[in-house]
Amino acid sequence: MRYLPLLWAGLFRKKTRTTLTLLSIVVAFALFGLLQAVEVAFESGADAADAKRLLTTARYSIIEPLPMAYQRRIEQVPGVVGVAFADWFGAKYQNESNAFPVFAVDPARYLDMYPEFTVAREHREAFVKTRTGALAGQRLVDRFGWKVGQKLPISSEIHPKTDGSMSWEFDLVGIIDADDPAVRGNTDMVLINVAYFDEARQSGRGKTGWYIVRIAESGQARAISAGIDALFMNSPDETKTQPEKEFALGFAKQIGDIGALVTRILIAVFFTILILTGNTMAQSIRERIPELAILKTLGFSDLKITALVLAEAVLLLVLGGGIGMGAAVAAMPGLNGATGGRFPPLFVGPDTWLLAAAIAGLVALCVGLPPALRARRLKIVDALSGH
Amino acid sequence: MTSLVEIRGVTKIYHRGRERIEVLHGIDLDIPRGDFVALMGPSGSGKTTLLNLIGGLDRPTGGSIVVEDRRIDQLSGGELAAWRASHVGFVFQFYNLLPALSAQRNVELPLLLTDLGASERRRRARIALSLVGLEDRARHKPRELSGGQEQRVAIARAIVSDPTLLVCDEPTGDLDRATAHEVLRLLQMLNRDHGKTVVMVTHDPKAAEYARRRVHLDKGTMSAEAVPA
Repeated sequence: MRYLPLLWAGLFRKKTRTTLTLLSIVVAFALFGLLQAVEVAFESGADAADAKRLLTTARYSIIEPLPMAYQRRIEQVPGVVGVAFADWFGAKYQNESNAFPVFAVDPARYLDMYPEFTVAREHREAFVKTRTGALAGQRLVDRFGWKVGQKLPISSEIHPKTDGSMSWEFDLVGIIDADDPAVRGNTDMVLINVAYFDEARQSGRGKTGWYIVRIAESGQARAISAGIDALFMNSPDETKTQPEKEFALGFAKQIGDIGALVTRILIAVFFTILILTGNTMAQSIRERIPELAILKTLGFSDLKITALVLAEAVLLLVLGGGIGMGAAVAAMPGLNGATGGRFPPLFVGPDTWLLAAAIAGLVALCVGLPPALRARRLKIVDALSGH
Repeated sequence: MTSLVEIRGVTKIYHRGRERIEVLHGIDLDIPRGDFVALMGPSGSGKTTLLNLIGGLDRPTGGSIVVEDRRIDQLSGGELAAWRASHVGFVFQFYNLLPALSAQRNVELPLLLTDLGASERRRRARIALSLVGLEDRARHKPRELSGGQEQRVAIARAIVSDPTLLVCDEPTGDLDRATAHEVLRLLQMLNRDHGKTVVMVTHDPKAAEYARRRVHLDKGTMSAEAVPA
C-alpha cells in the first residue's frame, strides 16, 4: 500500500495514453465476461447433467415418439432405480414470439428425477393431484407476470385436442426454480400433467418423447444403456440410450461449437491487448528512465525497481480487468431481460472471475516483465547522464 | 575532525566500445566529518565521477573508499542501495524531482524505504520542507514551482532521512545568482547548524566560496587543495 501513490503517479503520468489503454483493457475484459457467460449458459445443460441419469430416445431421431409401455420394461433392467418420461408439447403463449418448452410428464416421477429443481411442497402436491395442473419456471412467471392459481392458456404447434382445437388451458399450480444459476436455465419451461394431456390429445396417445432413467451406479452407465437398447432391438421402436451429459453436449454441438468460437475470439482480443498494453508499458518506462535512476539513487534496490514496474503492469490490468468484469456483471440483468427468457440465464460465475484473474496476471507478467528487467539493468550513472 | 570519507588510490576506467578512458588516476582524499568540500575543475576533470564514487552511485576500478569505517567499494548492489538510502542525500543540478508527485510526496520518497508509517513519513517530510522554507508549497507539483523552489524541495528530499553525507552535483548550475545564493546558504546552514558533511561539485568559483574547503581536480588527478579565506 505504501507504494500505491508512487505506482499511481507513474501509471497516470500520461493521463490520456493510460486512460485509452485502460479503456481497451476494460472493453476486452467486459467482452471476456460476456462471452464466458454465453459459453457457460450453452454448456449449462451439460454441466448440470447428473452422471446417474440416462436419456433414452428413439434410435434414429429424437422427435420420434416411444411407447409409454416401455417404462415398466426399462424399470426391470438391472441397475435402474427409477424411470420417468417427458413429451414435447411445442407451445406458444399469446403470440408466435412467446415460445417456450412445455413437457408433458408424470408429475411425481419427473420431479423425483431432478432433485436439483426446487419446488415448494404444496406446489408439488397440487401438481401431482391436479390433472390440468401445470408448473412454470420462475423466470417465465416473472417474464409474463403469471400468478399461481390462474388459468394458463397455451397453444400447441404439434398436438390438437380431440375437438381439433390447438388451444389448451391448464391451471398454474406452482413454480419450479433452482438455486444453482447454471441449473436455473433448465427451468425455463412449463410442465403439464401427462394424464390430462394424453387423454385430451387427438393423436399419439400412449406415446411419449423420451425416457429419463436413474441408475444406481454411474460406472454402470454404458452397460445399462446397452441393456436398455437391447430390450427393444429389432422392434418398431428401437431406442438409443446415453448418459445425460453426452446427450446435452451433442445437443449443444448441433447449434455450434460455442466454446471453440468463444476461445478464438478471446485469443484475438487478448493478443491485441497484449500488444497494446505492452507498447504502452514499454513507452512509459522508456520515458521514465531518469526517474527510475533517481529512485535507484535514493536507495531503491534493483529488485524493488523490478517489482515496482511489474506492479504497475499488474495495477493497470487489475484496474482494467476489474472494471471490465464489473461492467459485464452489471450488463447481465439487462441482457437477461432483453432475451426475454428465450435464452438460458447469463451470469458471471466464480470460475469466470478466477479465469479473468489468471488472464490479467498472465498479461501483466508478459507486458511488465520486459520493461521491469530493463529497469533492473539500468545503471544510475549512465541513466542520469543521459546515456 | 575525524575522517568521514577516506579515499585511497582510487582509479576509474570507463570503456566506450573499444576505447578505454581512465577518468581518475589514483586519487587520495580525506573528508572530515562536518566538512563542506567543493570539488572543482574543468569539464572532464573527473569531479562528477569522484562524487558518484563517494555517493555510492558507482564503483571504482581500483583503490578503496571508506565511509564511516565501511568499505563501500566492496558492497554488493543491494547493500550499496541500502547504504545510500540511510547514509547519503543527493542534490542534482536539474533537481531530478518526480514530476507526477507533489513536493510532499517527492520528499517522502526516501522514507518509503524505512519502516515508518504513513503519518510519520508525512510529518518528517513536512519538517524537511519547513527547514527549506517550503511548507506552504507541499501540495504543489514540481512544474508549479520555480527553479530555486524545486532545488529546495530536492534538498528537503536529501535531508529527510537524516543522512550523514550530502552529495551535491552542480546544485546551482541551473539557477540565477540570487537563487543560487539562497540554495548555497541553505547548504551552509545544513553543514553548520545540523552537522551535515557536504561534498559539492561546482565549476563556479563564487559557489565554491560557500564551502569550507576547495579541492581541484585536473585530468583525473588532484591538482590543488585550498581553504577559503
